[in-house]
Amino acid sequence: MDLYSALQYALFLVIVTALVQPLGEYLERVFSRKSTALDRLCLPLERLIYRVTKVDPDAEMTSSEYAICFVFFGLAGTLLLYFILRLQRFLPWYFPQYQSTPMSPDLAMNTAISFSTTTTWQAYAGENTMSYFSQMVGLCAQNFLAGAAGLAIGIAFIRGLARQLSETLGNFWVDLTRALLWVLLPGALIGALFLVWQGVPMNFHEYAVATSVEHDKQVIAQGPVAALEIIKNLGTNGGGFFNANGAHPYENPTPLTNLVEMLAIVLLPAALTHTFGRMVSRPQQGWLLYWVMIFLFTFGLLFVHYSEQRGNPLLGGVDSQRSGEQSGGNMEGKEVRFGVGGSALTAVVTSNAATGSYNAMHDSFTSLGGLVLLANLLLGEVVFGGLGTGLVSMVMAAAIAVFLAGLMVGRTPEYLGKKIGPCENKMVMLYALAAPMLVLPLTAVAVSSRAGLSGLQTNTGPHGFTEILFGYASCFANNGQSFAGLSANTTFYNLTTAMAIMVGRFGLAIPALAFAGLFARQRITPSSSGTLPTDSLSFGVVLTAFVLVVTALSYLPALALGPVLERLLFGA
Amino acid sequence: MKKNLITSVLMTIATTILLGIIYPLVVTGLAQLFFKDKANGQLIVQDGKVIGSRIIGQAFVGSGYFHSRPSAAGNGYDAANSNGSQLGPTNQHLIDRVKTDVAANQADNPGQPVPVDLVTTSASGLDPDISPAAAAFQVPRVAKERGIDRGELQQLIAMHTQARQLGFLGEPRVNVLQLNLELDQRYPLRRQAKAR
Repeated sequence: MDLYSALQYALFLVIVTALVQPLGEYLERVFSRKSTALDRLCLPLERLIYRVTKVDPDAEMTSSEYAICFVFFGLAGTLLLYFILRLQRFLPWYFPQYQSTPMSPDLAMNTAISFSTTTTWQAYAGENTMSYFSQMVGLCAQNFLAGAAGLAIGIAFIRGLARQLSETLGNFWVDLTRALLWVLLPGALIGALFLVWQGVPMNFHEYAVATSVEHDKQVIAQGPVAALEIIKNLGTNGGGFFNANGAHPYENPTPLTNLVEMLAIVLLPAALTHTFGRMVSRPQQGWLLYWVMIFLFTFGLLFVHYSEQRGNPLLGGVDSQRSGEQSGGNMEGKEVRFGVGGSALTAVVTSNAATGSYNAMHDSFTSLGGLVLLANLLLGEVVFGGLGTGLVSMVMAAAIAVFLAGLMVGRTPEYLGKKIGPCENKMVMLYALAAPMLVLPLTAVAVSSRAGLSGLQTNTGPHGFTEILFGYASCFANNGQSFAGLSANTTFYNLTTAMAIMVGRFGLAIPALAFAGLFARQRITPSSSGTLPTDSLSFGVVLTAFVLVVTALSYLPALALGPVLERLLFGA
Repeated sequence: MKKNLITSVLMTIATTILLGIIYPLVVTGLAQLFFKDKANGQLIVQDGKVIGSRIIGQAFVGSGYFHSRPSAAGNGYDAANSNGSQLGPTNQHLIDRVKTDVAANQADNPGQPVPVDLVTTSASGLDPDISPAAAAFQVPRVAKERGIDRGELQQLIAMHTQARQLGFLGEPRVNVLQLNLELDQRYPLRRQAKAR
């Protein structure tokens, strides 16, 4: 690996690691309603919101009530967004000459579901579909709300593990409001201004019409980009203002904005491991999960870097050697300012952290580079993952690992001093099996139906198969990125991907909350010699191996039909 | 149940006003106050006409200009339709397209391998930059067309080469539009018609 890419990767990991503890503590204080530095600004706003919405902030909720609020809130956001999108022609800042893609009912429904669940799968191109009103009041607001709702789920889940003999998990409305006011809004305000300073536009002007040096007409899309750009990353949403997302020079103008946007994605999910450790009073447990994440992350990053830097051997007559004068490597679908290093970092961050943004076209990655990204989606967002939901996935994976390891060495499956009994285990199984049971059948239907195959307009063969599998895996993981050669704005794909998104959001959150509710009721038993220690290195190895093996068992046949076959057939 | 349903509607409305209306307006106000040029897309205005944006790529076909990378945005550098080619690494269209472009680029540098970014499309289709290698590769053609010394052109490229940000982030790069604008200013094309 070249020095500069290595430096960039190292700096990224050092910053994330250094901030895990302070940020994790801050989050713990925010959600335990302890005093913080932002109280003077946020407390009055918080009180105002409770007054307007008639929320009693001291009321506690059971796991089922919490889940109901989460679902209702998601539905309310979906409906509001649906109507904004359908009515955008009659709302301000709509330019009919540029927003030429019709907002059909199925596209609006797909987009509304997708943005109210942090998925932000986009079957449209931003600059020729969305009015500025839709982008701000619709999409920007949903980026905040869906991200905060996910964070609330994560916090409630942790409370369930931490509490004993308790029937309740906290108050959804309070967690939501505090996630917005204490975490996302301040981060977004500072981040948005930083991005503008680096060159991300923030205006409500009509598209600029330029006459180029060679006298061609060039229409340059404008808009309030920065406000959306930062929250799409902070909330692990990822849906771009423009079609090219984080590759567009207006969304991601410099290598520094790229690094900052990647940090914005990862910092909060990474810090949540420490919040978890503190709240269950076992910081070691949090760090163990963090280092497992970092191991899987780094492994994937090195693999993608290697494969992309190797370049595409099928292209004749080109110089793709790295030198002081060029990045080299597989530059199809990559930007010069990021090169291989910045593109690989972003691809691995976003595919792991359930964020649909990208700064290079994943469809044009080498077969093995694309394979890693697909595998990251299929791991089930355990590595950082979506804001709040990622930590849930990792803990659920740990619960299975405890169960299996317990079976192997003949010990009672216990985690954090609580038993994983039959009821808890059912919830864990529902959580773990939902992905393969939905993603694989949907892919099978798509590749064996005319409606599904008609989406393959750009690539066919094994690569086309990968596009479809990647799409459903991404939607289920609430990630939203795509192998974008797939023409997904059809009724078939709008309906089936929306289904994958809904199950991936609510079908996972409900068993997770139920699991947390069951755990909250238990008493914490002190560990004995019969307890399997879950903060040791050996448990870390078991957990890592378990995550990889279960993913491989579920998906190897499918991966063999896609990227693996492509690599074997063509050598690229 | 009913109470939570009402709360979810009220909460959605209240937070949407805060985060979908107030927040973007505050950011817009501050951005326009402190970073006016950046907030408005860094448009370049010459003689009262907008000729492009400093950070959005443009197509150049005249042989007296440095060429940008191939673009899959609309019909090429369509800044209202950003997009990459989305061609997979083994797609025959990709292999054929690169072959054609390599042949065209090698006309002025017979037999030399072409820097890879010069014959591949960017992710946005609007990449404003090429690598220093891709700029150097075009020196013989531009020098011949403009009737100037290659050394001078190389100096000009060096002047326009942006180093890694903060010394180590990203890749060195040359902004094609700004390079060509300076080229036109210093060494005007003798036959303007040739520019088309």
